[in-house]
Amino acid sequence: MTTVIIKYNAGNIQSVLFALERIGVTATVTDDPEAIRSADKLIFPGVGEASTAMNYLKERRLDQLIREARQPLLGICLGMQLLCAHSEENDTPCLGIFDVAVKKFVSPDLKIPQMGWNRIHTKENPLFKNVQQDAWCYFVHSYYAELNPATIASTRYATTFSSGIHRDNFYGVQFHPEKSAEAGEQILKNFLAIGATSK
Amino acid sequence: MLAKRIIPCLDIKDGRTVKGTNFVQLRDAGDPVELAMRYCTEGADELVFLDITATVDKRKTLSELVRKIATHINIPFTVGGGINTVDDVSVLMEHGADKISVNTSAVKNPQLVSDLARNFGSQCVVVAIDIKLFDGVWKVVTHGGRNATDLIAAEWAKTVADLGAGEILLTSMENDGTKSGFAIDITRQISQALSIPVIASGGAGTMPHFKEVFEAGAADAALAASIFHFGEIEIGALKNYLKETHIPVRL
Repeated sequence: MTTVIIKYNAGNIQSVLFALERIGVTATVTDDPEAIRSADKLIFPGVGEASTAMNYLKERRLDQLIREARQPLLGICLGMQLLCAHSEENDTPCLGIFDVAVKKFVSPDLKIPQMGWNRIHTKENPLFKNVQQDAWCYFVHSYYAELNPATIASTRYATTFSSGIHRDNFYGVQFHPEKSAEAGEQILKNFLAIGATSK
Repeated sequence: MLAKRIIPCLDIKDGRTVKGTNFVQLRDAGDPVELAMRYCTEGADELVFLDITATVDKRKTLSELVRKIATHINIPFTVGGGINTVDDVSVLMEHGADKISVNTSAVKNPQLVSDLARNFGSQCVVVAIDIKLFDGVWKVVTHGGRNATDLIAAEWAKTVADLGAGEILLTSMENDGTKSGFAIDITRQISQALSIPVIASGGAGTMPHFKEVFEAGAADAALAASIFHFGEIEIGALKNYLKETHIPVRL
């Protein structure tokens, strides 16, 4: 099985690589279209700013490649937000795989970004197999995907937002499974165990 | 609901923890990775590794250690101590650090904070601020508390937040080592004035001290070293206590 971490100009992907290593998976970090097309699993991580990331993806035509992915793909944090339709962060049109808006947290009394451990309330989904209900996961973000029909996990911070989404072969999580202790490790294992589905 | 974080701090010299521990269960109390893994098991929410190595090989030893930590630890960790440049941080990030902390170097060169935020994102830039009381005014001190500055603590905190710091690690040198509790007033003042999280440090001696700094001090996280290393407070027991007293914690 080949696992590819899609390389683009967004933040620290080393920790994803190390997390996979901890569960015995060697992943390749690449932006090579052929390697991405032929991978069994795709991980689309990211920390950073939406418009810069989208521009980078478009310049390298990675945007189309991601939309056309047939294999299971997991977007993490900014990666999940980029799978959505539009982000309020610099008014950025995103990949549109999920017809969902990404908005900025607004709160008079809460700190923004949300940084730290919060709970995920999960629906039954292969991604959350053997993960305890309301498990604690590690979040760092100022923008969130609204609740929508593809929501598979929700979390409360200023509002209730999508901490997990799923449609066909596309999965997204707002938290960082690579930094979310045992729950995160289980989610990564679950993702890697998901069989390829056709759209 | 976002949990309040408990963060043990490990002092590192030449790739080994110093100050030691009394964890008899550890095969090697000087091995930072073994100690870190123990804290993870006990329920630590994050870890801070503070490197106090002064040798020329510092960068190499530290980056090797960071890689070793990154391959074993499944919670976020911060690395600090003697970070002066964007290149210093690049090396640490490539080896798997999640966050870095700068202290004296940020006071000398505030531009460093914005350079780091621009290059790596605010989420990984922790600015450590050491503070001391001078005639009733909290001011910033550097070089581990040895050098005084004219910077007013609350103003400096606001400055680094504006420059792009993602978190503030606030250590009261008045309280550090006293085990008499955290510096509540200044922690609350800074935490309430800023939209970024504040990690309180210095003075933890009992479990109620943590409750106090989270409630009255409005801290987002609390850091301690010796009380954890010497088993005076066990992290699991501390979190159970906090939960019972209605502080949200990850259990």
